[in-house]
Amino acid sequence: MATQTQPPAGTGTAPALQRHRGFFEVMQDWITTVDHKKIGIMYITYALIFLLVAGVEALLIRIQLAVPNNTFVSPEVFNRLFTMHGTTMVFFVGMPILFGFGNYLVPLMVGARDMAFPRLNAFSFWISAFGGMLLYFSYFAGSGLYGAGTAPDVGWFAYAPLTARVFSPGHSTDYWTFSIFLSGIGSIGTALNIVATTLCMRCPGMKLNRMPLLVWLYLVTSGLVFVTISPLTAAQIMLCIDRYLGGHFFDTQAGGSAVLWMHFFWIFGHPEVYILVLPAFAFANEIIPVFSRKAIFGYPAMVAATVGIGFISLSVWAHHMFTVGMGPGPNAFFTFSTMVIAVPTGIKIFNWLATLWGGNIHFTVPMMFSIAFLFQFLIAGLTGIILSVSPFDWQLGNSYFVVAHFHYVLVGAILFMIFAAFYYWYPKMSGRMLSNALGKWHFWLFFIGFHLTFDFMHVPGLMGMPRRIYTYEADRGWGFWNLIVSSGAIFQAVAVLIFAYNLVVSYFKGETAGPDPWDAWTLEWSTSSPPPSYNFAVIPTVESRRPLWDLKHPEEPDSQYE
Amino acid sequence: MSFAATQTTVEGTLPISWSGHEMALGALNFFAHLTRLPAHNPAPLPALFHALLSALLIDQPPTSLFAPEATPAHYIFDLSMLVLAICTAIFLVVAGLLAYALVRFRHRRGFTVREPAQIYGSTQVELSWTVIPILIVVVLFLATARVIFVTENAPHPSNALNVVVIGHQYWWEYRYPKLGIVTANELHVPVSDPHHTRPTYLTMSSADTDHSFWVPRLAGKMDVIPNKVNVMWIDPEKAGLFLGQCAQYCGVEHAKMLIRVYADAPADFAKWAAEQARPAVQDPSAAEGRAVFERNACINCHTISGTLAHGTFGPNLSHLASRDTIASGSVPLNPANLRAFIDDPAHFKPGVLMPAMHLNQHDLDAVTKYLMTLH
Repeated sequence: MATQTQPPAGTGTAPALQRHRGFFEVMQDWITTVDHKKIGIMYITYALIFLLVAGVEALLIRIQLAVPNNTFVSPEVFNRLFTMHGTTMVFFVGMPILFGFGNYLVPLMVGARDMAFPRLNAFSFWISAFGGMLLYFSYFAGSGLYGAGTAPDVGWFAYAPLTARVFSPGHSTDYWTFSIFLSGIGSIGTALNIVATTLCMRCPGMKLNRMPLLVWLYLVTSGLVFVTISPLTAAQIMLCIDRYLGGHFFDTQAGGSAVLWMHFFWIFGHPEVYILVLPAFAFANEIIPVFSRKAIFGYPAMVAATVGIGFISLSVWAHHMFTVGMGPGPNAFFTFSTMVIAVPTGIKIFNWLATLWGGNIHFTVPMMFSIAFLFQFLIAGLTGIILSVSPFDWQLGNSYFVVAHFHYVLVGAILFMIFAAFYYWYPKMSGRMLSNALGKWHFWLFFIGFHLTFDFMHVPGLMGMPRRIYTYEADRGWGFWNLIVSSGAIFQAVAVLIFAYNLVVSYFKGETAGPDPWDAWTLEWSTSSPPPSYNFAVIPTVESRRPLWDLKHPEEPDSQYE
Repeated sequence: MSFAATQTTVEGTLPISWSGHEMALGALNFFAHLTRLPAHNPAPLPALFHALLSALLIDQPPTSLFAPEATPAHYIFDLSMLVLAICTAIFLVVAGLLAYALVRFRHRRGFTVREPAQIYGSTQVELSWTVIPILIVVVLFLATARVIFVTENAPHPSNALNVVVIGHQYWWEYRYPKLGIVTANELHVPVSDPHHTRPTYLTMSSADTDHSFWVPRLAGKMDVIPNKVNVMWIDPEKAGLFLGQCAQYCGVEHAKMLIRVYADAPADFAKWAAEQARPAVQDPSAAEGRAVFERNACINCHTISGTLAHGTFGPNLSHLASRDTIASGSVPLNPANLRAFIDDPAHFKPGVLMPAMHLNQHDLDAVTKYLMTLH
């Protein structure tokens, strides 16, 4: 990255002295760095590698399920595949990629030179990275002394008592436990850093109500990380005590409770969805206004809706447990709390719609991904309401309808916005534009593949197909739909390969970006691309939410209207 | 609100008991009265939905959610129609506005140079899209809460059939305490028609890991959890076979933990129950197979009444030959399949806990012949 230096622009800086550096020098630079931008890029690269790995796992799953009674993989292998796919995608793709963008963008957007605690930042990254390595090391060492190695096969929510030693001998479950435990430590460290940076490192003039919405959303996400990783970590420790120190928290044979694990897991697990989706909303809040050429509509309402979602998301977890037999009272309560969260979420969608309204919409690649996100998130939200209706959930829970719903959120909303973020901020990170033509191929292939896979995945769920089955009976009528679902996976795989190719090729041959290729309004575009290690030669002073708008339009600055 | 109309017709057969929840439910009852239509009114939403399905040439598979045959499944189906209608309407409005905005406000090449007017927000507009969703949520919640309480607080009639369901890795055990029956994988229940209502109450728990009992056409699923007792009820309206399967990941062979529910006419059910309650058949021509069974480890896990076999780890085989399937419903029962299963259980069910017994060909034939006499 450091080989790219732009001429000074705005509050940018003079080019550093260039000389060719050896491989070990570069490696040492990256490994010992405490620069938030380099750590952010490492987070993102690390997550991309795991995205490819977990994507291959998904492809194998889809090949197995393409036709009934298939024997492409054994049931044991299938169970490891879906466990590893889910665990990897949530903990080692979703979290690190979003923290990576947060790490990179939050200090730049608040006009700071680094995160509040740079060394803690590096520690958080490396401990999370170690967690991911540990998870995959289980493929070699999972069975320990019991024979050949295996990966965890208990599912990504690892319901007790399947995780008890009697049902999960060997060490594969322990690898799962410790990898999540370690990644949790990293997540808490980064969350702490983001909160401290947001609260303490803002540049002069940037009051809380002038922060870019992206920073607000990262603040709320980080708060949620604090609250929800703790019960997850506690549950992992309790599980270890059960497995090795004779504890009985989840040991049903000795009076323990399987339902207790579910509560511990989902009080983490549901807010986790919001931890992942709020950064996606954050990207949309920056990208949609820029390509509509309008200020975000209803900034205070957007902040209030975000904080509202943060709080309400802590009270909805047991909607994952409508079929556990909690009784009518709790079922009604969690139905209501889950439905209520649709209100602030709806406010966000309407505000984005109003931002588009009356604008001058430029269909750039990041905007195309953002627009697809809007439609797909709308559908994901509506299937979420369908699932919140607990009697309907008694049918749909643990079926392929649920799998389709949460992939609509995780892929249709979050991954689409991550792709948008790549196309939008890659020029800032590398100094080069991503190829527009390849970007359009990527978008359309992924869009087609996504809809083939996840639209049609709802159908077998409505026809009674439960999730996590390695094969299914031919007489159920699910084969046709599963074949379509699997065919969509191929389009998505090709699209992701094009994307990966684009990332590499554009780094060397992409068009030079300049400091502000999108004519945007937030502070990161005021410095060079890529920014110097100290970000800003002079710490900027801001007077509104869009400091670069004020610079570009001195005749009607935002500060007049806010 | 046609959905409430169908509710009231079904309530005729299963009156609601609000005991203990009167205060909280007063509002729900009030809402129900507001939305009540004459009981003979056909429900237009489900009818429309089925017309749509048949127009699209979509066949209802045996486990479809949209072909309910028992009261709990009907409650859910009727509610789901309301929910789907509301969600479709919301989708059409919002997606329509989005599409319009994208076309109407798209950037036209060589057109505008200046930035569009900057609009920062509008309290009235924002208030409207906060209040309207709140109203929709309230309506949906009231409709939902009603079905939750009607289903979960349904009174337990004294003539109900009680069955104990025990989930095992990877098969189902069914016990009928009052009838003295223990069987596996194929659940027989009486039909509950409007003239002779006789719901079946399933009291469920697990012997090992979590499972979930799901037969979509009869009811929603209920998890089967060790060290916890759950109850659900079904009342099939007509005779027939209803399929389902375990819906909570329970280990290697989760996929082949299938469920078969046979709803029998009351007379057929009584006949079946009487046969199952008898001790196992003692056919002298199969005595050799019985001897093989009794001197091998089979008896550690299986029970055959009237023999040395009293194991409870595996399915009770006293009336094995009266069943249609083996291996938790995954293969039809016939001598060839049974022989193959005994020879290598993992052939049909990889991960099955029954080990291959390594019987010689002669013993295999004898045991198969013996088991096939156990009607």
